[in-house]
Amino acid sequence: MDIELVEIPKWNCCGAVSSLTADDVMHHVAPIRNLIRVIEMNEEGLVNDEKRLIVFCSMCFNVLRRSNKRVKEDPKFLETINSFMDEERDYDGSVKVMHFLEILRDIGFYKVKERVKKPLKGLKVSAYYGCTLLRPRGVGIDDPEAPSIMEKFIESLGAEVVDNPYKSLCCGSYHTVGGNKELVAERAYKIINAARERGADLIITSCPLCAFNLDNRQELTKKIHPDFEHMPVLYFTQLMALAMGMESETGFDGNYIDPRPLLRERGFLEG
Amino acid sequence: MTETIIIKDRNIDLLRLASEISGEVITLCEQCGICTTSCPMAEDMDITPASIMRYTQLGDEFVLETRAIWYCASCFSCTVRCPRGIDLAKVAEALRQIKLRKNQDYLKIDELKEEAEELPAIALVSAMRKYTG
Repeated sequence: MDIELVEIPKWNCCGAVSSLTADDVMHHVAPIRNLIRVIEMNEEGLVNDEKRLIVFCSMCFNVLRRSNKRVKEDPKFLETINSFMDEERDYDGSVKVMHFLEILRDIGFYKVKERVKKPLKGLKVSAYYGCTLLRPRGVGIDDPEAPSIMEKFIESLGAEVVDNPYKSLCCGSYHTVGGNKELVAERAYKIINAARERGADLIITSCPLCAFNLDNRQELTKKIHPDFEHMPVLYFTQLMALAMGMESETGFDGNYIDPRPLLRERGFLEG
Repeated sequence: MTETIIIKDRNIDLLRLASEISGEVITLCEQCGICTTSCPMAEDMDITPASIMRYTQLGDEFVLETRAIWYCASCFSCTVRCPRGIDLAKVAEALRQIKLRKNQDYLKIDELKEEAEELPAIALVSAMRKYTG
């Protein structure tokens, strides 16, 4: 794709969820520190005049973009954040936080198509956006009510798009921890069944927590609803690796519902 | 039937506090209910998102004891649809924070021990951030 990704040397956890309160400064320090690292990478020559920070995880993307937006809109808030940076230089608002799908859109999905070695012809794929890739408006990468970027991605890999009315219905997110897991299992039931009813073979998502909830929580879904049929849920880059002929990079060992039997049956995987 | 609701001073404090922490003008809500129809969790909540707003406007501390404020997963479905431009996700966060800042955690970390090993970091970090103070 003519893109070289350079990892931030000393990245830290962004906190996974964006702090939504007006008076909380502390939880914006971690995300902004990552943005400072990007500037440092430029100063150290690891990258050359490149202020785009590419994020794959939807939740990290949301947190980083929201904190970045807030400091850009509120210079006083930025000043307060900077007063917490003891070892780092100050942040100046110059980094651009982008999701990997946005980079692909900027380059052009036709270019993705050019790189496809094994078009996924006949494979019916349903996109699951979840929340943090789309909302709130002004942060998300596409129209929060009628997104299409993942569908364009699916098409570029040669697969067939299957629409799902619940493609941006929350999967339950962090309720997967503690006593409210059923909330997640029930939403997985709703989302996956809607995809199946429309003929989907599998679902892709760009959020690791959605992926866990829709994939691993199927065990609980099946317990609650014995009629439930499992469906593979892939991280979007797994599908990309498959279509680009990089089978060793697909990482299907990590999936709870193994997509390999289905993919072998359809001739997309050998052996 | 007309019901008279007497709002005591300390109750006004709840509205003031929730407004301050959220940064939102909670009194703008006109109870249209779009938040409730958009909410993916509403069916499992004890009171609806619109009711959360109403109780908060009235300063009724009952809202702090509802399941609904914790079932809100900050998915922002209501936020993108509110015709009054209120960011309800921020209001729900403020109500949770009022509890969490009094050390009234929603999640007991001790009970997680075995489960924690199977959960991805993203789930644990986000749950700690949302459920504990």
